[in-house]
Amino acid sequence: MPETYLIAYDGSAASDRALSFGAARARASEARLLLAHVLEWSPYSFLSAEEVAERHKRRNDEVGRAKTVILDPVRKRLTNEGLSVETVVRYGHVAEVLGDLAKEFAATQIIVGRTGEKGLQARLFGSVAGTLAQVAPVPCTIVP
Amino acid sequence: MKYSFAALAAAALLASPAQASVAERVDEIFAASTTWFVNLIFADLPGTGVPWIVGWLVLGALVFTFYFGFIQVRAFGHALQIVRGKYSDPRDAGEVSPFQALTAALSGTVGLGNIAGVAVAVSIGGAGATFWMILAGLFGMATKFTECTLGVKYRNEYPDGSVSGGPMYYIKKGFAERGLPLGGFMAVMFSIFCVLGALGGGNMFQANQAASQVESVLGVPTWITGLILSGIVFIVIVGGIKSIARVTEKVVPFMGGGYFLVGMAILILNWDMIGWAFGEIIRGAFTDTGIVGGMIGAIIQGFRRAAFSNEAGIGSAAIAHSAVRTKEPVTEGFVSLLEPFIDTVIICTMTALVIIITQQLLIDANTGLYILDENGRIANAEGVGAGVPLTSAAFGAAFSWAPYALSLAVFLFAFSTMLTWSYYGMKAWTYMFGEGETKELVFKLIFCFFIFVGAVSSLNAVIDFSDAALFSMAIFNIIALYFLMPIVKRELNSYLLRLKSGQIKAYK
Repeated sequence: MPETYLIAYDGSAASDRALSFGAARARASEARLLLAHVLEWSPYSFLSAEEVAERHKRRNDEVGRAKTVILDPVRKRLTNEGLSVETVVRYGHVAEVLGDLAKEFAATQIIVGRTGEKGLQARLFGSVAGTLAQVAPVPCTIVP
Repeated sequence: MKYSFAALAAAALLASPAQASVAERVDEIFAASTTWFVNLIFADLPGTGVPWIVGWLVLGALVFTFYFGFIQVRAFGHALQIVRGKYSDPRDAGEVSPFQALTAALSGTVGLGNIAGVAVAVSIGGAGATFWMILAGLFGMATKFTECTLGVKYRNEYPDGSVSGGPMYYIKKGFAERGLPLGGFMAVMFSIFCVLGALGGGNMFQANQAASQVESVLGVPTWITGLILSGIVFIVIVGGIKSIARVTEKVVPFMGGGYFLVGMAILILNWDMIGWAFGEIIRGAFTDTGIVGGMIGAIIQGFRRAAFSNEAGIGSAAIAHSAVRTKEPVTEGFVSLLEPFIDTVIICTMTALVIIITQQLLIDANTGLYILDENGRIANAEGVGAGVPLTSAAFGAAFSWAPYALSLAVFLFAFSTMLTWSYYGMKAWTYMFGEGETKELVFKLIFCFFIFVGAVSSLNAVIDFSDAALFSMAIFNIIALYFLMPIVKRELNSYLLRLKSGQIKAYK
């Protein structure tokens, strides 16, 4: 049974660094890669009547875009390089969802990029990497 | 953009010469052309002083309450668990959550009905009207449950993922499924009244109250507020500037929360009076306190305002809830039964308590009866009109800044309710005429025009028409609910069975 590395990937520079770090390790240990794109979402935000009516359509659009634009190109590239890659799109609180995914797919470690937020924003909202370090159910690598 | 220029031009044209006389003329024409309709809807049951339409709504609420075995009590706890997300599959995250469905529907009902409507109820029906209002709210929960379950079950889903639903759809499809005649006819009749209701309670009443509040606090003439409101709504629904609507929808829930907190603060500051206030409510509910119509008058006012505020039986909430994706129609019914509770039993009651506790309603110290003014309304401490000004005076008696905050709240509530109802009205309009840009534009223009009419009309003419239009939606909706309630019962029993057996599982 090969190991599974869960990599948070949203197409940003930070997530690219996490990806190349993870891919290099996966090549060495013949591990499987699981690329997760998590869209920030709270079930307790407020929507207008019209937004409620359009929500399902929007969600389909968002998931479709995440797949075709962000995840699929990377998967193709890595598969061509001989790696075994799976992708998944989810909604929710990013750090929590990554933790849940790690359990669901029996991942052996989580790899995320660090965005390097500083100052007020990081103090107020925390960062994905910081939260994940606290809640991750498996070892977690934060790539600078 | 070209539309907004047109709006500005129209505004300038209307505003220029002798605005006051224009306002008076609009008011005159409006009152004269709606009286027959109002009289028909509010005709008394023969031999009694009770309008038949009020009896109709109450009868419906009682029937549904007994038919579903007090579902509002049985399912209350489960409804709260659903809203908290206990039964939401995490894989469905990103779809509308039960909490979002509830708040979206509430933003259409919590608003002026809770602020102005309650003030009207107690200033005509006395403190006792509150009791009947709460009772109507509690029974109305069963009506909401029935209509929202059906709304989801019989909605139309389109290939692009969008949905349309509401009474017109469940009347047509439900009747066809049960082999009943006249489904198509009743669906169209409902749609006609829904468009009228959108223009009345969902539009003119809101504009009227917002304009009169702004006039009494800031001294701005009603026609100016009317033009501004009509202009902003025009920009949003015709010009497609959705960002204004989005901002409003985010701000309004906090306004509602703020209103509730300020009201609670006043009640806490006067905690020693709360017992007395409830005493007044009970005394007024069962004895003649000198109001017009006596005890029956209090009942009618309480029921009328409750229905106007929480819209149970009107069918509007079914339009909002039917857009939610859910595997079980019944769960939307459960969520929706919380709405009359939050809207009427909590928020309306709080408004009434604030008005009673701050002693706005004048009572003759010798007889214990209310003192009436020349219109047959209970005279109030500040000598202001019924509706928002009375609530404003009551809040102002406790906090001097409250009337200003209330003006802002009233304006935003009015605006968000108008947007929600423009959506309801549009759904009914496109049900009748089909979807298409020109057809939709016609409705939107009519809608904006009526905002102005509502702002400049007198309160009585607007309130009567708004009530009549909203209640007329209930005529066909409740008939349909009677015929379709066995379907809801089947859904309910099957759901409860699967919940008990663990087939429907909790995720948290």
